[in-house]
Amino acid sequence: MKILVPVRRVPNPDVKVRLMKDGSGIDTEGVNFLLNPFDEFAIEQAAQIVESSEGEVVLVSVGGADCEETLRAGLAVGGTRGWLVETDATLDSADVATLLAAVYKEESPDLVIAGKQSVDTDNNQAAQMLAAKLGLPQACFAYKVELGDGKATVEREIDGGLEVKEVDLPAVITADLRLNQPRYAALPQIMKAKRKEIKKSSPAELGVELASRTKVLGLIEPEARAAGQIVGSVDELVEKLKNEAKVL
Amino acid sequence: MSILVIAELRESELKSATFSVIAAAKVLGEVAGCGFDILAAGAGGAAVADQLKGYGAGTVYFSEGAEVADYTAEAHGALAKALVGDKGYKYVMAAATTTGKDLMPRLAGLLDEAMISDVIGCEKGDGGVVYLRPMYAGNAIAKVVLSGNVDLMTVRETAFDPAQDEGSASGVEQFDADLGELKARFIEFRLTKSDRPSLTEASVIISAGRGVKDAEGIALVEKLADQLGAAMGASRAVVDEGLVPNDLQVGQTGKIVAPDLYIACGISGAIQHVAGMKDSKVIVAINKDEEAPIFEVADYGLVADFAKAGAELLEKIK
Ligand SMILES: Cc1cc2nc3c(=O)[nH]c(=O)nc-3n(C[C@H](O)[C@H](O)[C@H](O)COP(=O)(O)OP(=O)(O)OC[C@H]3O[C@@H](n4cnc5c(N)ncnc54)[C@H](O)[C@@H]3O)c2cc1C
Ligand SMILES: Nc1ncnc2c1ncn2[C@@H]1O[C@H](COP(=O)(O)O)[C@@H](O)[C@H]1O
Repeated sequence: MKILVPVRRVPNPDVKVRLMKDGSGIDTEGVNFLLNPFDEFAIEQAAQIVESSEGEVVLVSVGGADCEETLRAGLAVGGTRGWLVETDATLDSADVATLLAAVYKEESPDLVIAGKQSVDTDNNQAAQMLAAKLGLPQACFAYKVELGDGKATVEREIDGGLEVKEVDLPAVITADLRLNQPRYAALPQIMKAKRKEIKKSSPAELGVELASRTKVLGLIEPEARAAGQIVGSVDELVEKLKNEAKVL
Repeated sequence: MSILVIAELRESELKSATFSVIAAAKVLGEVAGCGFDILAAGAGGAAVADQLKGYGAGTVYFSEGAEVADYTAEAHGALAKALVGDKGYKYVMAAATTTGKDLMPRLAGLLDEAMISDVIGCEKGDGGVVYLRPMYAGNAIAKVVLSGNVDLMTVRETAFDPAQDEGSASGVEQFDADLGELKARFIEFRLTKSDRPSLTEASVIISAGRGVKDAEGIALVEKLADQLGAAMGASRAVVDEGLVPNDLQVGQTGKIVAPDLYIACGISGAIQHVAGMKDSKVIVAINKDEEAPIFEVADYGLVADFAKAGAELLEKIK
């Protein structure tokens, strides 16, 4: 089975972002970039499927030259080979989906497993858009994936619990947090990943002209919360909640 | 030129998030100078359409045939695409619930458009409507414009007070369409059963973090929740340990909540958790580590062992 896994490079999600003073973007000075956490779950799922049968996990990343590093990170934790669609353009999820669709058509995989959302933009869009553009069914926010004969049964995380959905293959699945436990990159795997193939193309080579219909005019700081107070006891807490905040 | 609101139904019932989307549609309608229609698709669609006719929509469309009876992104996306094509909507919105997040990008893909997730407001701009939405786990608010033919978006429920029935009488019409080949099937729900209020509807939420430790700690949080008439939430750590069901997770990738009172018990205050609760009116944190980042967003902090402080709190609020 050939599985396509789109992976994104994101600023370290555990570091609080700083905005540029003019609001034009975030200050990336000194910020390290990582593989989008949700995409790690996607790679792990794909790797497990391929290990128990046969096939390959093709990682594809869209973005600047730095994405090669992201692909290498993914190749060390289950990817077979990589494809970098190189562009410095500012992309929205619709652009990403358009480029991924072009790669899909060249690779003709049996399955696509993406992350549920990028933790920088929090968009949660590209995979669903990709599925729609390709006329494929989708199973988003996967908690459990079972492959059957020409179909997949997916337990999806939804408000209120889980939903079970069956999709014909090929399909697009997105990984949620509890899908699996991604493996750590062991040193030999990191070394091996350095030698794995990474193909490079430009959007033009894929025959794609980017539409980029989303324009971010600027970023502003969210309203800060007023400083709070430390209370000395449960009694004081209850008293303040009753009489000061009036929420009890 | 008008707005389409996609209502959310589950098991023939209207989801309350829809009322926040209607409220958002009214705000957008003011800015863009237009009215809105509603699409209610799914089993019970006709009854739901009837229920929605007092909310100020021009027309409430419904569809409840076998193909759309259960929600799938494939069927509901194809139906919405047909309606948008038919009526020429300029704006389409749904709630940023798991269903809206599944459906709206699919619809955008079908229409070959871009979209905006988690809209919390909008204002008039030079060329069109400027939307506000959080990014980077809520650490930045972006002002965004779309330049396609249709502005598609999901709306963050907590940013808009639910619309009220204003006694209007919208037209109600059936709308069905050829949905093409559907390659997906809904099988079943495995929903969590609980007598407590749901996270997105509760005015008080008490959440458990790793610091409540074990089943005994969770039981104490549950007792507090029941005493307060509160919903129960949790950090990812607690969900991962299997101590509570996954849909109780509050945060960037779980539920976004904004109750009157949020009590965080044994929660460190990681960026991803804070993203989901920092718009709560009053935040209380109980944590034994005075350095815990949760205290930076808390209005009232109590540095204490939760097992002890929680038990005492339960006594004091009885
Ligand atoms: C992609 C991604 C998405 C994520 N999304 C979410 C999300 O949506 N929601 C979410 O919550 N997390 C999310 N996380 C995880 C997040 O980063 C944190 O790991 C998580 O929130 C930590 O949970 P916690 O605060 O319960 O545990 P910890 O960080 O381990 O904190 C436990 C706290 O309990 C305190 N404590 C210990 N013992 C006691 C005691 N006896 N009494 C009182 N206090 C005590 C400690 O001082 C500590 O502050 C996400 C992570 C990633 C990578
Ligand atoms: N630039 C990118 N390159 C490759 N895959 C991406 C890119 N951006 C997003 N994706 C994939 O699409 C998923 C959802 O992204 P988003 O719509 O940005 O939230 C991510 O988890 C990735 O799997």
